[in-house]
Amino acid sequence: MADRVLRLSDFSVRFATAAGSVPAATEVSLSVAAGECLGVVGESGAGKSQLFLGALGLLAANGRAAGRAQLQGRDLLGLPARELDAVRGRRVGMVFQDPMTSLTPHLRIGTQIAQVRMRHLGEPAAEARRRALELLRRVHVNDPEQRLLQYPHELSGGMRQRAMIAIALAGNPQLLIADEPTTALDVTVQAQILALLQELKRETGLALILISHDLGAVAGLADTVAVMRQGRLIECAPATELFASPRQAYTRALLEEARALAAPVPAQASGEAPVALEARALSVSYPVPAGGWGRRAALAALSEASLTLHAGESLGVVGESGSGKSTLARALLKLVPHTAGRVVWMGRDLDALSRARLRAQRRDLQIIFQDPLGSLDPRMRVAELVGEGLRVHEPSLSAAARRAAAQAMLARVGLEAGLMERYPHELSGGQGQRVGIARAMVLAPKLLVCDEPVSSLDVHSQAQVVELIAALKRETGLALLFVSHNLGIVQRLCERVLVLYLGRMMELAPAGALFAAPRHPYTRELLAAIPLPDPRLQPGRLSAVRAGEAPSPRDPPSGCVYRTRCPFAQAACAAARPAWEAASGQGAVACRRWREI
Amino acid sequence: MPEGSPDRPRAWQRLWRRAGARTALLVLGILVALAVLGPWFSPWQPQALDWSQLAQPPQLGHGHWLGTDRLGRDLYVRTLYGLRLSLALSLIASGVSLLIGIAWGSIAGFAGGRIDGWMMRVVDVLYALPYLFIVIILTSLVARGSLWVLLVGLGGVGWLTTARIVRAQTLALRGREFIVAARATGLAGGQIITRHIVPNLMGTVLAYAALTIPQMILFESFLSFLGLGVQEPHASLGNLVYGGAQEMESAPWMLLGPAAVLVALLLCLNRLGDGLRDALDPREY
Repeated sequence: MADRVLRLSDFSVRFATAAGSVPAATEVSLSVAAGECLGVVGESGAGKSQLFLGALGLLAANGRAAGRAQLQGRDLLGLPARELDAVRGRRVGMVFQDPMTSLTPHLRIGTQIAQVRMRHLGEPAAEARRRALELLRRVHVNDPEQRLLQYPHELSGGMRQRAMIAIALAGNPQLLIADEPTTALDVTVQAQILALLQELKRETGLALILISHDLGAVAGLADTVAVMRQGRLIECAPATELFASPRQAYTRALLEEARALAAPVPAQASGEAPVALEARALSVSYPVPAGGWGRRAALAALSEASLTLHAGESLGVVGESGSGKSTLARALLKLVPHTAGRVVWMGRDLDALSRARLRAQRRDLQIIFQDPLGSLDPRMRVAELVGEGLRVHEPSLSAAARRAAAQAMLARVGLEAGLMERYPHELSGGQGQRVGIARAMVLAPKLLVCDEPVSSLDVHSQAQVVELIAALKRETGLALLFVSHNLGIVQRLCERVLVLYLGRMMELAPAGALFAAPRHPYTRELLAAIPLPDPRLQPGRLSAVRAGEAPSPRDPPSGCVYRTRCPFAQAACAAARPAWEAASGQGAVACRRWREI
Repeated sequence: MPEGSPDRPRAWQRLWRRAGARTALLVLGILVALAVLGPWFSPWQPQALDWSQLAQPPQLGHGHWLGTDRLGRDLYVRTLYGLRLSLALSLIASGVSLLIGIAWGSIAGFAGGRIDGWMMRVVDVLYALPYLFIVIILTSLVARGSLWVLLVGLGGVGWLTTARIVRAQTLALRGREFIVAARATGLAGGQIITRHIVPNLMGTVLAYAALTIPQMILFESFLSFLGLGVQEPHASLGNLVYGGAQEMESAPWMLLGPAAVLVALLLCLNRLGDGLRDALDPREY
């Protein structure tokens, strides 16, 4: 078939390491045609990125590719470096996961786009700049004229990724390879970037390869889906067919996990348990530099958040990055100082406690963090890490007893005793997060705050860790405050959900009601952005995605902070901050128009 | 997720793999062994005068392997005694300055705010003093050649930079999530410093320490060279080089022996410091 833009045949990638030659991809055959999207899915380490890096001669120095890779009928392997340079950027554009590290920090966006055109198409500088502006418009960057002159760090994550796509498109390539392009982004921004890729594919006839661990992301775009595992291609089929009737057990398992994360679990009502934790009009602001000469302004990270958490209840906190959800989690535990309001735990005002009393109280209030490895002291062994809380709170315990308790807890979270002597860098992400959970749970806390506990894990470990937290909650009856940008997980784990936007509370409702009938327009936008692992529904959902970015928290809009993105905004929304109104069914919402819309 | 690699080489293995650091370690080992055991092999005492062999060049026949000085003292033994004294002084001075520097820097960095400001101002003020003058004045006012004054002088210079390095590292560590985790666990400030901050600084500090020891030796030698450090009849590398330099034209061996030992020592310590810095950098494999 001549219309195949890229064709890999029996393509393998190996790496020479100290431990011998390690295969990253083994005898993979794949192809993608013009106007078609090939989705490549698999866990991290499945070799899906190395496959295409290998085809384009971009492997690390110890990597070797073998087999055949043809771009429009031309063999890529063995091509001299100079000719490969002409292929990359000109025939093939690439977009990577982290636009911050793949953009050159000291060059203006406009320069980076224009360079590609000057280098590959031989355009004069002025013409290249004009085309750069067109490209920024093409990828729907707002204020394109201004963006041309900005540096990468001045752009938001979503805008950076758009700029990266503009650079990838600058050479008029026939093939665009997007390697986890939305993994680092918020769910609403992810939906916008996926919608942009969908539009580009439809309108330009570009061949698109979308590499992702997220079946939901792939479902909206891919015509064909390839599943990779441990370097091998285990299944490749048209998207509708693969999602409807996967042949491999592994594909079925991946699909089940993806669906489970997106499917609601009816939350059991906790009844009328006593109030454990209460926050009253809690505000946190950080000093940020304003202007020069050491002047400082206050950045309101969290503004007047009030909530109650009953014993044994689970409350989810969702929102985009910058919504203040992590700040709320930490302020509740007094790990960041709040500027106004108070935190009451079991009827005791935490602000009124002496330092020593607060430290003793921390036994009941535990937290697990987003980055499992960053939150574990790199110089301590697992046994010490888990036992450290006991050393503080039960100093009478002997070292042996502490060790035994740590070991029992590690067993409970599913880690073998063999890991006791490991250092954090010797653990995988999933193991590290289990150690974090064990460290918190060994103190038998009454409240566990989970700050994005699974965001840095791959899908497989995500599901397991969520399952573990759910089981621990059932067994111990602890109260759970679960912060996440992933609504699917919150839906699965939490009885009530709080939606934050720019540090303000938007909506608080029982999980079932919130997901079935969201009241606040922002909640609706969030829900619409969740990628569904269903190729029949997802493309339509992507086409309906609206543009819009969160404004800077340094300069929040007047009145309702969401109004700049809200399709229902009126003049009155800018005038005054909307009241926090109780809605039917234990919910509350901050929107002037929630009854009408 | 890639499994962790328990077989990743440990720091000392990475250090040993570097040819430069390995050679430096071996030569240092030999020098230390010589300083400790070397004088045994020679029949001479460091302060014994051999009237029959004044200012003799090195030769094996009369047993003065590195020759003798104007008073007939054996230079082999004196050089090794000097090496011993220089090593001991610089090790003690580095140790003291490390202890003060780590304590000062980590408390300032962890406490932050006003406490940090005041503690670091003290360091700035001490930095601004012309140290050499102060040491010179001290040594000439108080008993000349008192080892204590020398130690205070050496340590007083050393800890300032250590404190700054430690404070900068502490500031970086303080923002890390595992420190937040330690606070969430309920550890008090002092426990966090001793259990989490100091162990994580040790890599950088050790590498820096390996580079301070040669500075100390050099400084001690410099003071002794000026006649303000270790005094005759005691030998240190500094005053041996000083003595040798006076006879450089007529009896070059009096300079060459001690100078060669000093150069080898400084070179090796510097190489070792560089190697340590690289080996302890977690980004290096």
